[in-house]
Amino acid sequence: MQFGVFSVSDITRDPVSGHTPSEAERIKAVVEIAVKAEEVGLDVFAIGEHHNPPFFSSSPTTLLAGIAARTERLILTTATTLITTNDPVRIAEEYAMLQHLAGGRVDLMLGRGNTAPVYPWFGQDIRKGLELALENYNLLHRLWREDVVDWEGNFRTPLQGFTSTPRPLDDVPPFVWHGSIRTPEIAEQAAFYGNGFFANHIFWPSAHSLRLIEFYRTRFEHYGHGTKKQAVVGLGGQAYIAKRSQDAVKEFRPYFDEAPVYGHGPSLEDFSQMTPLTVGSPQEVIDKTLTFQETFGDYQRQLFLIDHAGMPLKMVLDQLELLGGEVVPVLRKELAARRDAEAAPAPTHAGLVEAKYGDGPVRQPRPNANRGDNVTGGSPYQDSQDSATYPTIG
Amino acid sequence: MSEPKREFRLAVVSGGTSDPSSTRLLADRVAGRAAALASDRGESVAVDVVDLRGLSGEIATALTSQLMGPGMERAIEVLGRADGIVASAPVYKAAPSGLFSSFFHVLDNDLLIAKPVVLAATAGTARHALVVDDQMRPLFAYLRTMTVPTSVFAASEDWNDAELGKRVDRAAIELLLLMESGFADRVRDESWKSYQHSYGSAGGTEVEIDLDTDLMRLATGGAPRQKPRSD
Repeated sequence: MQFGVFSVSDITRDPVSGHTPSEAERIKAVVEIAVKAEEVGLDVFAIGEHHNPPFFSSSPTTLLAGIAARTERLILTTATTLITTNDPVRIAEEYAMLQHLAGGRVDLMLGRGNTAPVYPWFGQDIRKGLELALENYNLLHRLWREDVVDWEGNFRTPLQGFTSTPRPLDDVPPFVWHGSIRTPEIAEQAAFYGNGFFANHIFWPSAHSLRLIEFYRTRFEHYGHGTKKQAVVGLGGQAYIAKRSQDAVKEFRPYFDEAPVYGHGPSLEDFSQMTPLTVGSPQEVIDKTLTFQETFGDYQRQLFLIDHAGMPLKMVLDQLELLGGEVVPVLRKELAARRDAEAAPAPTHAGLVEAKYGDGPVRQPRPNANRGDNVTGGSPYQDSQDSATYPTIG
Repeated sequence: MSEPKREFRLAVVSGGTSDPSSTRLLADRVAGRAAALASDRGESVAVDVVDLRGLSGEIATALTSQLMGPGMERAIEVLGRADGIVASAPVYKAAPSGLFSSFFHVLDNDLLIAKPVVLAATAGTARHALVVDDQMRPLFAYLRTMTVPTSVFAASEDWNDAELGKRVDRAAIELLLLMESGFADRVRDESWKSYQHSYGSAGGTEVEIDLDTDLMRLATGGAPRQKPRSD
C-alpha cells in the first residue's frame, strides 16, 4: 500500500493573508512539498497538468525530473497527464526519459481534462475527448512495448516504422493508472490492459466511486489479469489535520469556504459528511480513511489532496508532518493487518521488472549504428529479432 | 405486457415560498382532483410532496458543486418512482421562479423521461398567464416529459372564479388518463436505450453498461473507426 499527496497546481490567493503567490514562489513551494513528502515517509507525489492560469503545471515531466533530482525514494506521478490533448508520441518519449532520470520511480495517471477551450489550443475538440483518450492510449501502449510501430488512427498523422526513444528503463514501461469518475469506457480500458484504475474520490460520496471500481475489478478478472481482488485500485481523498479537531475546523474553514471548486457552496460540515473530506484530528483522518478500505476492498494507493485553495507553504508542510508522522504509520499497520493475502502489491518499477524477467537478464536496448541517414529502419536495436542486414559495397 | 397499474404515485413539486402558499395550494388541488377521479374508477393515487422551499440551500449547492444533499436525494427518489408529476411555480418577473427552474436544471436529463406532468403557475396578475406555455413547457420538453394539454394558471382573480376549477378538473383527468395508459413505463421498457444517458444518470439508477459499442471496442484496443476519406 502506497500513501502520498497529489496537487492540482493551482495558484490561489490565500484568503487569510490576502497574499497571492507568484508563479515562481508556487513552483519552488511545490518542489519543497514533494521533498518534504519523502522526508516524512510518504511514498508518492503526484502533480496535475493544466494549460491555463491560475495553474502552473503545464510541463509535469520537467517538474518531476527536478523533484527526482532532489529525492531518493519517492515515486513521482501525475494527476493527471492529459491523454487527450498531448500527442501520445510525446507522452511516450517524455515519460520514458523521466523514468530513466528518476531511476524507475515514475508512473503516470491518464485523464481527459474537462476544460473545453484547452482542446483547440492543441488542435483537438472536447466533443471527441473520450475517443481521443481511448485511441491515444492504445497507441501509447504500443509505443512503449514495440520497438517499431506502424500505426494509423483518427487524430494524429500515421506512423510508419516509428521508434519511440529512449526505450523505457529496463524495457519496462511506466505503470499506468486510468483516472475516471464516471466513464465506464475508461474503466474498461484499464481492465483490458491490466493497468491501474484511479478514482478521484474528492467531490462525491464513496458510493459513486464504488460502482465504477466494482466494474473495473470485474472486467480486470474477465480479461485474465488476475482475480477481482488483484486489480490495482487507487483512491484520492482530502484531509486537513490538526492535533485537536476544533483547531482543524477553525484553521481550514476559510480555505474551504473560498476554495475555487466548492467554495461558496456546501458547508464544510455538509461536505465532510457527504464526501471523503476529513477535517479533524489524526485519529479522525485515520478512521475515515479506514472506511475507504471497508467500502472498496484492499487497494494499492491512497493520495491525499492537502495543497490547494491558497494554503501557504508552511501550513502544507505542517500537514505533511502530521500526515507522515501520525496518520500514515497507523494506516499502514491497520491496513496491513486487514489485508487479504491475495491482494496485489502496489506497483513499483522493481516489481514490474521482477514480473517481466524474474531472475533472467534485463534487456538494455542498444541501437544499431547510425547509417548516416538519421533513419534507423525496421530494426533499430542490436537485439531486435529480425535484425536487418545492409549490403556492404566495396 | 403486465397488468395495467391501478395504484399510482403522484409527485407534487411546489416552488411556493410562503406557508400556506397559493402555488402549493394550486398543485394540491390538481393532485386532490386526480386522486378523487382515480378513486371513482376504483384506482388509487398516493401523493408525495417535494416542497422546494426546504431544499433551497441544497439546490444552490447542487447548482454550484453538483453535490446532492440528502433532501435532494430524497426528492430525486420520489420523482424517479413517480407515475405522474404536478409541477407548480410562482411567477416572478414574468418567469417561473429561479428556485423552481434551478431545481429542474440540476436533475439528470433522463430522470423524468415520458412521465406525465401537469404544469401549474400562480401570479399576482393575469398578464403572466402565458408563462406556463411559453417558458415552463420548453423546460419540460427538454426533459422529455409528457406534459398534459391543459396548463393551470391562477392569478389573484382566478381564485374566486369557477373556471379555475374546471381547468383543474381538465388537467387532472388528462393526467390520470396518461398515467393509466402506462405510457411512461412502456417507453422505459421498450425504448429506454434510445435516449441519451450517462453512467449513473436517471438519479443513479442508470448503471447498465453496454459493452457492444464502438467506444468500448476502441477501449479494448480495437481499430479506430476510419473517418471517411475526403479525396
